[in-house]
Amino acid sequence: MKLIFDGIIKNNPTFVLVLGMCPTLGTTSSAINGMGMGVATMSVLIMSNLAISLIKNIIPDKVRIPAFIVVIASFVTVIQMLMQAFAPALYGALGVFIPLIVVNCIILGRAEAFASKNTPFDSMLDGLGIGLGFTLSLTVIGSIREILGSGAIFGLDLGIGGYMPLIFVLAPGAFFVLGYLMVLFNKFVKK
Amino acid sequence: MKSTLFNMVAVLSGITLIASASVGLVNMVTEEPIRLAEENAKKAALEQVLPEFEATTDLTLELDNMPIVVYNASKGGQTVGYAVESMTKSGFGGEVKLMVGFLPDGTINNISVLKQAETPGLGTNMANEEAKNPLLKSVKNQNPESKKLVDGKLAVTKDGGDVDALTAATISSRAYLDAVNRAWAAFKSVQGGQQQSVEAQTEEPAAQEGEKNE
Repeated sequence: MKLIFDGIIKNNPTFVLVLGMCPTLGTTSSAINGMGMGVATMSVLIMSNLAISLIKNIIPDKVRIPAFIVVIASFVTVIQMLMQAFAPALYGALGVFIPLIVVNCIILGRAEAFASKNTPFDSMLDGLGIGLGFTLSLTVIGSIREILGSGAIFGLDLGIGGYMPLIFVLAPGAFFVLGYLMVLFNKFVKK
Repeated sequence: MKSTLFNMVAVLSGITLIASASVGLVNMVTEEPIRLAEENAKKAALEQVLPEFEATTDLTLELDNMPIVVYNASKGGQTVGYAVESMTKSGFGGEVKLMVGFLPDGTINNISVLKQAETPGLGTNMANEEAKNPLLKSVKNQNPESKKLVDGKLAVTKDGGDVDALTAATISSRAYLDAVNRAWAAFKSVQGGQQQSVEAQTEEPAAQEGEKNE
């Protein structure tokens, strides 16, 4: 349990570790896109953490990074094909960011910092925790941008669309929201 | 684990072998669903823009170096409409792909946005339903011939035409109309070609019957 909560609060990948900023800024123009990206990353993270911690003892130190990348890339490709087959709408919305999960530093970071030193079960929990932290952060950022920018949440129109500052859906809004959320998170949540 | 040449090569080969085997396996499993999903998306778009139909035949044209697919929808052997899968490269966020449905007389039945990467909240409104989409409202159920044309093409009010643009998204609106114009051109070339072939067959009894009905 502690591992999971650490991933959400103490080691929150977005607000504390500040990793994976590219998908964070790029995909959070709406709540559902942010959540989809978070869930896709979480699935890859759990599976890659598990696989890497299972094979950690047979990987020679000098080739561990290429080995990790091959494992991660395979899982990303699998997730990509599954999404394309069973969630084509979401796949269309996330587009290029799905293959880019391969180079998401959260995943390689956790493989290197956690999975290669801990048991498979703990590594899975760590993947789940960090993944949940990432998903929650992206969903929150996406929701705030969607409400402020287009007056809707999860595609549900709140009827205030015409009066909202559109900039929050555009790229600068991502930086504003991320910055202020990071301030609030570090002030109130992380002790 | 200590690295030696042998174990580095062996482990990396082993991992890549297993990885590619599993990716291949998943590919085999998902190939069919992916194809079905794409087909369903296309079919849904066709159903949305066309009146009720039973079968379609498609024909790929090349206009301005872009592939344009024209679907000829028929019911009981009669052509009930044409759907044109059109595109433009002049969107604010790159390509915009539309499915434009025409009735045989040239009236635009409906338009569905297949793919766009416009600005959320501005250009993306081109995919809204008719009530919240001035672009679609301006052209739906109308024959482009009856609109105010600029150089023989539909244009937004800003450019002298009479199609209402999306608020604060003139570039996206122009791109949308560019794709609609291309679809219209494809429709005219396909339909024109068929009329010619009908005229060429005037000696056949079927065509003469048609004249009697008039």
